[in-house]
Amino acid sequence: MSQKDVEIILMRQLASYLAMPIFLVDPDGNLLFYNEPAEILLGHRYDETGEMPVEDWSTFFTPMEEDGSPLSQEDLPLVIAFQKRRAAHRAFWIRGLDGIFRRLEVTAFPLTGQGGKHLGAVAIFWEEEHPL
Amino acid sequence: MRIKLWGTRGSLAAPGPETVRYGGNTSCVEVRGADGTFLVLDAGTGIRRLGITLGPEVPRVDILLTHLHMDHIQGLGFFRPLDQPEKEVHIWGPPSTTLDLRARLARYLSPPLFPVRLRELPCRLKLHDVPLEGFEIGGLKIKADLICHPGPTVGYRITENSVSMAYLPDHEPALGIPQFPEDPDWISGFDLINHVDLLIHDAQYTATEYPRRVGWGHSAIPHTLGLAAKAGAKRLVTFHHDPAHDDSTLDGMIQEACSSSKLPFELIPGIEGTTLELG
Amino acid sequence: MPQRDLEIILMQRLANYLPIPVLLVGPSGNLLFYNAPAEALLGRRYEESGMISMKEWVTILPAIDEKGLPLPPEDRPLTIALQKRRAAHRTYWIRGFDGVYKKIEVTAFPLEGLAGRHLGAVAIFWETGSASDPPGDLRKA
Repeated sequence: MSQKDVEIILMRQLASYLAMPIFLVDPDGNLLFYNEPAEILLGHRYDETGEMPVEDWSTFFTPMEEDGSPLSQEDLPLVIAFQKRRAAHRAFWIRGLDGIFRRLEVTAFPLTGQGGKHLGAVAIFWEEEHPL
Repeated sequence: MRIKLWGTRGSLAAPGPETVRYGGNTSCVEVRGADGTFLVLDAGTGIRRLGITLGPEVPRVDILLTHLHMDHIQGLGFFRPLDQPEKEVHIWGPPSTTLDLRARLARYLSPPLFPVRLRELPCRLKLHDVPLEGFEIGGLKIKADLICHPGPTVGYRITENSVSMAYLPDHEPALGIPQFPEDPDWISGFDLINHVDLLIHDAQYTATEYPRRVGWGHSAIPHTLGLAAKAGAKRLVTFHHDPAHDDSTLDGMIQEACSSSKLPFELIPGIEGTTLELG
Repeated sequence: MPQRDLEIILMQRLANYLPIPVLLVGPSGNLLFYNAPAEALLGRRYEESGMISMKEWVTILPAIDEKGLPLPPEDRPLTIALQKRRAAHRTYWIRGFDGVYKKIEVTAFPLEGLAGRHLGAVAIFWETGSASDPPGDLRKA
């Protein structure tokens, strides 16, 4: 396995020390890493799942618009960040694996390396819990 | 303050005839204060032999874990005082955002990885998340701080009166810094090691090995030497030896370190069984 | 000076590798660091500006909103991130140290560390326009 770009290494280390849930994906949207607070959000530990393709991780939450209608994958901020290579910020609802509905605010931005190399993207989550 | 090295190997225990001088046990260091306060830094495989030596004259042991990678906790289940109801054992570990120390240690000290659960241990056991401000155990002042290594990891500085030692066995302060060391206020762990009498620090790789191990959380020995010099440490113990480095390789690394330039500190090879006195 | 918190150190190192402007402030809003692309955006090297307080940098680097009106400090994403401890995102105009107005999109988020430590905040900038087309009367800013 080849060594990851140093920007990815640094972002992963930083994420592992922060208290906010953080996801880190590669340029194809494969989930490279998520930290402990994100494990709670996802309902899975990183060492159980390892890296995951976007088709898998984007469905774990059942994301919904404010009116309850499903939110499509391409409208997720992290997907916008790695596909369109621009920052995105959005609030939406999820139903976690524990059945609880949560309102999340997500800030995502692309990670670009030296020479314009597209490295992937980062999403940071804030949640409010509204058990239903 | 009396310090004894019970395990100086990193990553994986490496017993064998080719490692018999430096030792094959993983990280474990004993610190004994003048008032009898007894600390154990990390619970690698070296802690097993340490535990056998502890009699009734040590009623309480405080184990300070830097992090929970296997090479730093693997000996814990075999630490004899844990089996002794008359012993008080405190285990301190780095904080986490989600799980307390008991829950994280229980991932290892529970079936199927280990046949005995934490709650079944006969000793009087207390677990603590290490506070990131200073605290005291007996006559020893302890400061813990987060340092650069994958996963929540702390280093420790221990002070008794006017003497101090620092223990950073797993540390990659040079990560992301092309010219290391740079400004002290931007160096991970610097406050812990600043002008310390004794520094025990990660020195796992050679300069040649490190480029292929960037981000693995460990230091190349030139980084360690540069850091110790920058911090004004008086003595440096090289630690966390790579399991692939036999005795002659480690001798070579030390010789090269000593010959490359005049070192402003005493360089002590981290050899299992070494005892050091401070103050 | 005491050593920076590790999370701040790691963020600074990451910022040094990124080709996009990144600004890093401490818990009280004092400017801890900005990277080379941010130096180009703001028109001054970090070594020249140093660790200025929030009150100073919001004054020295005035901002105007999409309508050309002064953007109050409390409405800037970095201030929101710092004070309300949540992410914020906005497009507005900023005047750099060099006096040039630039249109920027800013994403800011707080840095919350282990054991409830509030470490500061980060702002990432995307430059989207130049001084040739700012809205409103710049003398109001």
